[in-house]
Amino acid sequence: MELKFDRSLCEKCGTYDCLTKCQYLRLDREGARREIMKLINREDSFVLRECVTCYACEEYCKKGNHPFYLITELQEEKGILPVPKPILRQWINTGIPTKRDPQHFPFAREPVLSLCLFPEFVEELGGRLFEGFSIIVGRHFFCQLAYLHFGRPSIIKERLPRIIENIARHGFKEIVFFHDECYSTFTSYARAYGIEVPFRPVHYFEHLYKRLKELEGEIRPLRVRVAYQRNCSTRLAPDKEHYLDEIFELIGVERVRREYDGENALCCGGIFRLQQRYDLYVDVQKRNVEDMVRAKAEYCVFNCPMCYYMLAEGVSKAGVRPIMLHQLCKLAVGEPSR
Amino acid sequence: MRSVKKEEIYKALVEIVGRDYVSDRKEDLYIYSRDPGLEEAHEPDFVVMPKTVEEVQEIVRLANRERIPVVPVGASLSLSGLTIPYKGGIVVDLRRMDRIIEVNRMGRYAVVEAGVTQGKLKAYLEENFPDLCHSLPEAPPSATIVGNLVIHGQGHLAQQYGFNSSMVTGLEVVLPSGDVCRIGSCALGPYWFSVEPFPVPAGLFLGWFGATGIITKVGIRLYPRKRLRDVEVFVVEDPKLVPEVVYRVAHTEMAEDLTTSAQPYPPIYQGIVMIQVYINGDTEEELEFKRRLIWRSLKEIIDAKEGGFMALTPDIRGTLLEEPIPTLTRFADVLRGGGFVYCGAIIPVEKFPEALKRLFEIAERHQVTFAHSGRVIGRGHCMMFAFAYPFNREDAASMERAKKALDESYIATLEMGGIPWKPDLSAQRMMIERMDKGAAELLKRIRKLLDPNGIMSPANWGVEP
Repeated sequence: MELKFDRSLCEKCGTYDCLTKCQYLRLDREGARREIMKLINREDSFVLRECVTCYACEEYCKKGNHPFYLITELQEEKGILPVPKPILRQWINTGIPTKRDPQHFPFAREPVLSLCLFPEFVEELGGRLFEGFSIIVGRHFFCQLAYLHFGRPSIIKERLPRIIENIARHGFKEIVFFHDECYSTFTSYARAYGIEVPFRPVHYFEHLYKRLKELEGEIRPLRVRVAYQRNCSTRLAPDKEHYLDEIFELIGVERVRREYDGENALCCGGIFRLQQRYDLYVDVQKRNVEDMVRAKAEYCVFNCPMCYYMLAEGVSKAGVRPIMLHQLCKLAVGEPSR
Repeated sequence: MRSVKKEEIYKALVEIVGRDYVSDRKEDLYIYSRDPGLEEAHEPDFVVMPKTVEEVQEIVRLANRERIPVVPVGASLSLSGLTIPYKGGIVVDLRRMDRIIEVNRMGRYAVVEAGVTQGKLKAYLEENFPDLCHSLPEAPPSATIVGNLVIHGQGHLAQQYGFNSSMVTGLEVVLPSGDVCRIGSCALGPYWFSVEPFPVPAGLFLGWFGATGIITKVGIRLYPRKRLRDVEVFVVEDPKLVPEVVYRVAHTEMAEDLTTSAQPYPPIYQGIVMIQVYINGDTEEELEFKRRLIWRSLKEIIDAKEGGFMALTPDIRGTLLEEPIPTLTRFADVLRGGGFVYCGAIIPVEKFPEALKRLFEIAERHQVTFAHSGRVIGRGHCMMFAFAYPFNREDAASMERAKKALDESYIATLEMGGIPWKPDLSAQRMMIERMDKGAAELLKRIRKLLDPNGIMSPANWGVEP
């Protein structure tokens, strides 16, 4: 399983956006050129040690050349570990199925929603937004992409074929993925490594938008100002973000203009904590939340549960209400939410 | 006991506490014949529930006259059979003596009767003295304050202030003779602020499991309760690093509580040791200050990639911040049929790696599942290392395996130079056999001096059941 990486695209790049736009490395164009040359030559670079694994360079590179995937390959190749060993072990263990994880959902019928490793949302994801949906969830459906954060793509390569095979055995033609990390695994990552995916992954935003459109007549505009917390894997599928804006428009919420949104979004900080960069974690969360407050956001909307878990308390203390996207949408169609 | 005699004693007990508070009914005796652990059950002849010190005195005098055993009990939650009436006699259930007599806010101490539970004192302080707390053990809320003291329990303030029994500021005790005595400042005046400097050591009654008298009132220290509390979990793969982590964190003097855990399930915990570092503060700034010092103290271990702090999800964090934490309860039912036992080894912190290795070996040898939880006592002066084994009450083989593992854990504790905490009878015997002969003789003499007729909890500390 080889990464499809075209070094000539980097050699001819000229902008080196992947590194110059990085919010954590702070490289000028010359510095970026120098380091990217090292990377494409598979040489050591400080980038491999300092990379915070926020995925953003995948979005910054407009040539689709997967600089972040390359970084993780090189981290593993050179034995560079972004997190302490026991943290890595915990995460490796987290993905191993236990007896409690169902491998098959024999009664699941399309339409299907995959909840990855977030069973805590099973009950919430009912109602009219997900009418008729079967849910699949658990470690046999875990996309594994999180191991990019740990510089260990080999784990993904080892496990992903089994996950795909297991899903394929269910015979679903298309699957809506609750977490865009999963969606991106079966689109961006799979394409980058030439992995065949025998079903059509559907982005969660796309599903929500289309469903809300069907329910348009019943929507009560919420008339609130929201800040959106972009999570790392949105960087792998930026082409789907227009659906989010269309959702916001449909349900009558205003996505506030703020410094740390769009390409300039800041990480929730969770991964910084795992990398034991406490100062960075505090600083980034503080800047992010202050930015939301400055922009007069009433809600902070999350799509990624991990972002929610890491940032909700800080957001809340600053007077901004944290809410998951599906909860916000449910409110708009008059359904109670947690 | 002859039935005529039994009837006489029953009547005498009714005379002392009233008919409602004495029983020789089979169903009542059954309850007091056991605890939730694995020790053999043994029924008492009577159960009484006194309300006053005077009633306790009269019960003890009666027992002395009749030469029948007296076993004082709180919630009977030791799990090691310390309140099982192995020689029959009278079980004195102290839970009707449940008054919180005084909270001295300025002196930061409380005076409570013997039946006051952990839950009651906690709730009372939260409602009436929200800036004070006592050192809360990881026991069910129904456990009593005194019960915890007589077993040298440890609570969430152990890392800062030591064993709960070292937080005693005064005692009122009914001696085996039936006389009552007070120890500490309360023996000289109305205040219960300290047992020192006083010539009679409170240790005559603490750690004796009721074998030297019945504690009827106790003064205990209270401590500042901060408005905010948080927890950080540091993980390592190599157990040899644990003593160093504890040393460094304790050195900061920033942690409220420092606990350890290791368990095979769920997989996220396999192969690692967790060190829970609790911090508290009245403001976010105070919390943040402490958190940073603790992170900084472990920098070298983090930089070497040998250890790191977890990013806790709200459910894990919420569970860890519950007081007491519910994980032990869940562990108790991991095999269904609800039951677990543990050997709480009080060991030097440097023995942690060896203790964990032995736990793994014992568990494997006896094919039992296990969990370790531990708590640092003092600034790393020692720690409680629990070798814990669940069992299924419906499965005799599972109970037998757990018991064998437990017995071996006691041996391991002694071989490591540790002290088994709240040891069962067989472990008490092992301790006495290995103990410095002078110390063993002194224990014997103290007992003889205080309780010449051997009526007080006679199974504990050297009197054969």
